[in-house]
Amino acid sequence: MSAALEIDGLSVAYGKVEALHRATLRVNEGAIATVIGPNGAGKSTLLAAIMGLLPSKGILRYAGALLDGSSTEERVARGMCLVPERRELFAELSVHDNLLLGAFHRRGDGARALAADFAEVYARFPRLKERSGQLAGTLSGGERQMLALGRALMAKPRLLLLDEPSLGLAPRVVRETFHIIADLKRTGVSMLLVEQNARAALQVADYAYVLEVGDIVLEGPAAELAGNPRVVETYLGLSSAAR
Amino acid sequence: MNADIFLWLVQDGVTNGAIYALLALALLLVFAVTRVIFVPQGEFITYAALSLSLLEAGRTPGTIYILAVGGLAAAAIDGYAALRERAWRRLPRIAALYIVLPLAIAFLVAWAAPRKLDQWIQVLLVLAMVVPLGPIVYRIAFQPLANASVLVLFIVSMAVHYILSGLSLVFFGGEGLRSSPFWDARFKLGVVEISAQSLFVVAASLLLIVGLWLLFEHSIYGKALRATAINRVGARLVGIPTALTGQLSFLLAAFIGAVSGILISSITTLYYDTGFLIGLKGFVGAILGGMASYPLAAAGALVLGLLESFSSFWASAFKEVIVFTSIIPMLVWLSLRSRHVEEDEE
Repeated sequence: MSAALEIDGLSVAYGKVEALHRATLRVNEGAIATVIGPNGAGKSTLLAAIMGLLPSKGILRYAGALLDGSSTEERVARGMCLVPERRELFAELSVHDNLLLGAFHRRGDGARALAADFAEVYARFPRLKERSGQLAGTLSGGERQMLALGRALMAKPRLLLLDEPSLGLAPRVVRETFHIIADLKRTGVSMLLVEQNARAALQVADYAYVLEVGDIVLEGPAAELAGNPRVVETYLGLSSAAR
Repeated sequence: MNADIFLWLVQDGVTNGAIYALLALALLLVFAVTRVIFVPQGEFITYAALSLSLLEAGRTPGTIYILAVGGLAAAAIDGYAALRERAWRRLPRIAALYIVLPLAIAFLVAWAAPRKLDQWIQVLLVLAMVVPLGPIVYRIAFQPLANASVLVLFIVSMAVHYILSGLSLVFFGGEGLRSSPFWDARFKLGVVEISAQSLFVVAASLLLIVGLWLLFEHSIYGKALRATAINRVGARLVGIPTALTGQLSFLLAAFIGAVSGILISSITTLYYDTGFLIGLKGFVGAILGGMASYPLAAAGALVLGLLESFSSFWASAFKEVIVFTSIIPMLVWLSLRSRHVEEDEE
């Protein structure tokens, strides 16, 4: 199976502190890989480095081609898209404009293609359609998450990076979010999912990695990892207790 | 004071206020997108006004040397960065934008200057000379510091101002210049006489403000500029090149500065450093509007223009004092209203 994303020996340092230590992982074409691990393990750092938001050492290969020295906007134009943990919406712009800017790199595509994508996103998130004229900053937490996902979908990504999509959401909205993730997989989008909610992540993913203090300590098919005693004790036990 | 004088002062205040409003908008735009307090805004006024006067006199303005050398410096910085990243395909674009274009403009102006062409052609030449200086200044001074704090950017901004006003003295000399008006007519409106030039200023300002509004509300590039101002990380994540939005905002600021300079060059005599004071008043106007919203900044600038014209009548010796003191109550109110927040470092 060909890889949508291959990472080999990727290190990221904040000054002298190394936040990610020679990480090696891959996301297969059309599959969902997940990275689980505790707070501060370097999960968000990994995603930021993949998008080129942080300088990194090591090899990053996207759809077979090296990403060396390409800027974030070039990576977006090539079909990579990150939904960040903090959502990073444009609070003082309307929901509609946020979605429109999601398609910024496709601004040459013409009004008809965009209209179709708007219709698709609004069909997936009817709430966003109701609020399309409202400022993004006035949305509730769940709606913001929908908007962040919708904005990413407007970019028509081939590789979607999701950073804690369930963070701070009500259980019902979490279920909805993971439902959408599974749905997106059916449309052929490859995904790298970073989650603290290990139970939900392992259910939806094909392959999983466990990241602890900058190192990948465990990996395997998601179903297998879900039965691993260490994972059960550290992550699944904890997450069910927290909920 | 009788009605005549009152109306005359209002006309004067509105004319100046319209210019200040334009500058306030440009300052706000640049600050919102790049977090640079754009002190050298005033130099673009000076360069445009003095270049126009020199072209009218059939002399070649020194602006072309600033443009050509600035372009070369920007090309050197950008070219070096491209070589280090081994991004060869960026080189032709860099050469075209920073070397070929500025040199072409410089030669065109040098050729056209002694020929004393029509006034509107001269205006276009001035715009062609001054507007590219905006992105060039951004590329040289600010783009390498895109993540620096507001304070650092402000200090660099001051440095750029001193360099540009020094160059202004070198190339334009210390004498004041004034160009001839576009349209010499005067209209009688009841008791008050209105000069065509001030109508021109107000109309051009309104047109530019409407143009900016259309850009920001109805074009994807304008929205991208606003998005960058609101959330830089978010803007990068949707693929907006933030270096480009910085250059675009400086381009707009240089354009607005140049237009302001062209508009006032026939109203008042300008010296090599006059633009700074005018730019500063645009800044005060933006502060009076709370440094937050475009309509409020424009309104603040208009109020400032009126305040200036009336204080020049009642207490002309204290005109500038009154104008610049008006900022203090606003600053007090602003700092009382907003709780102190530590600057958000990246």
